[in-house]
Amino acid sequence: MLITQLKNREAIDALISGTCFIVNCHGCGEVSFPAAEAQALQAELASQGKVTGILTTDYICSPENMKVNLESRRSEIDEADMVLVFSCGVGVQTVAGYLEDKKVCAGCDTYRLPGFQGVTPLEYDCEQCGECFLNLTGGICPITACSKSLVNGQCGGAKNGKCEVDPEMDCGWERIYRRLEQLGRLDLLKRPVQLHNYATDDEVYKQNN
Amino acid sequence: MKVTELFRKGEFVVTAEVGPPKGCHLEGVVEEAKEYLSGLSAVNVTDCQSSVMRVGSLATCKVLKDAGLNPIYQLTCRDRNRIALQSDLLSAAAFGIDNVLCLTGDHTKLGDTPQAKPVFDLDSVSLLSTIKTLESGYDIAGNELVGDPPTFAKGAVVSPCSDSVDAQLSKMERKVMAGAEFFQTQAVYDTERFISFMEKAKQFDRPVQLGIVLLKSAGMASYMNKSVAGIHVPPDMIAELKADKEKTKAGITGVEIAARIIRECKPYVQGVHIMAMGWESKIPMLMELAGL
Ligand code: SF4
Ligand code: SF4
Repeated sequence: MLITQLKNREAIDALISGTCFIVNCHGCGEVSFPAAEAQALQAELASQGKVTGILTTDYICSPENMKVNLESRRSEIDEADMVLVFSCGVGVQTVAGYLEDKKVCAGCDTYRLPGFQGVTPLEYDCEQCGECFLNLTGGICPITACSKSLVNGQCGGAKNGKCEVDPEMDCGWERIYRRLEQLGRLDLLKRPVQLHNYATDDEVYKQNN
Repeated sequence: MKVTELFRKGEFVVTAEVGPPKGCHLEGVVEEAKEYLSGLSAVNVTDCQSSVMRVGSLATCKVLKDAGLNPIYQLTCRDRNRIALQSDLLSAAAFGIDNVLCLTGDHTKLGDTPQAKPVFDLDSVSLLSTIKTLESGYDIAGNELVGDPPTFAKGAVVSPCSDSVDAQLSKMERKVMAGAEFFQTQAVYDTERFISFMEKAKQFDRPVQLGIVLLKSAGMASYMNKSVAGIHVPPDMIAELKADKEKTKAGITGVEIAARIIRECKPYVQGVHIMAMGWESKIPMLMELAGL
């Protein structure tokens, strides 16, 4: 079981530059999605003329499903400056992986709750770390794509683009660097030092119980 | 003595590495350091290098300091969470150890205890910024420290011949931002590549020590090319090691190659860091050949 929560309003405002195409995933039964808050926020953005289109779907994490869905809205996506995804971390990564040249941002944080977890395609993984880093890393999850879950950049162990732990695995931070380079967003690597907060689960718990 | 003071005075800072043993007897390390390393600016003490369990870096730093050497405490994020890291930093300060080299650390799977839990609660960048916070009189939870805060010369590493050199430069920039005051590099063999890296790293305006690993055999060089990140031994160097097996075995070829690398790179760096890996006795000869 996992739970997604809207990022706070300031964080979302800071993400939006120009117009956006919005993707909502009402996903699997395992995810508790803040539908009402998301809708209110999106209505407000739309009234400000910042939204080229809204796609509400389920199982965005299933690549085939997502492809059909996104392609059907291609013109609105092309028109927008960025894509804002309201889903769990896997959903955001699936969209970011497909729309390679587009800035794709996460509108939610994903937290872990005890219990069953939804379908997770092997290619993308989310550990529901509670403070989604995808907006700083070009939509590639540093928690699951890096063997050490580093949040401040590449360690010294990458060889030929592969991870020191597993020569079969691409170094997650090499992928993040290349992706940010492709998006023209290397400035994100100059952001302040990141400290992973391991107490987020407790806080959500307190709020929700 | 802080190595940053030495850099400030314009000293060409030469350091070497000491690897603590797997056991609790430190007399051997101290004797060897006194014999071969006492003329150097400082000695690095590794922290369970390559994820192999050994006696602690902090304890070894303390005995070396008591023996009159100037230790650099290497601290990795592999085995301790942020509570233990801060605690160990305060312990170091309590012993008067004032040089720290901050590393993320190799993954536990690479060492002799792959069953261990890899920690990585912090990383090299956040460890550096944590030290800055301690220096301001607080821990990273925001609680005040009692008495005068500690101060350290804060070092970090960079891999200049990495095939991910852009990502490495960006990480170097983050380390500078987080408080790194000096850098030691991964072993360099390809001097051209290193010099072009230094042209780019100049902008960060931090002293850099050239990393040297003595080549013991052609086999070692080929192995490192295949398996060690950021290391490229050029083919002509491997041929040189193969040419005279006796000379190579005696360590002369490795020392000659290292001395050449140091001479070529010296105008671009503020010091040298020697990782002799058991060949500490060759360091005096290397210093002489390199003109240090
Ligand atoms: S950073 Fe990764 S693990 Fe954390 S919420 Fe985002 S996708 Fe999930
Ligand atoms: S090599 Fe890359 S993926 Fe592997 S631990 Fe280092 S930064 Fe992470």
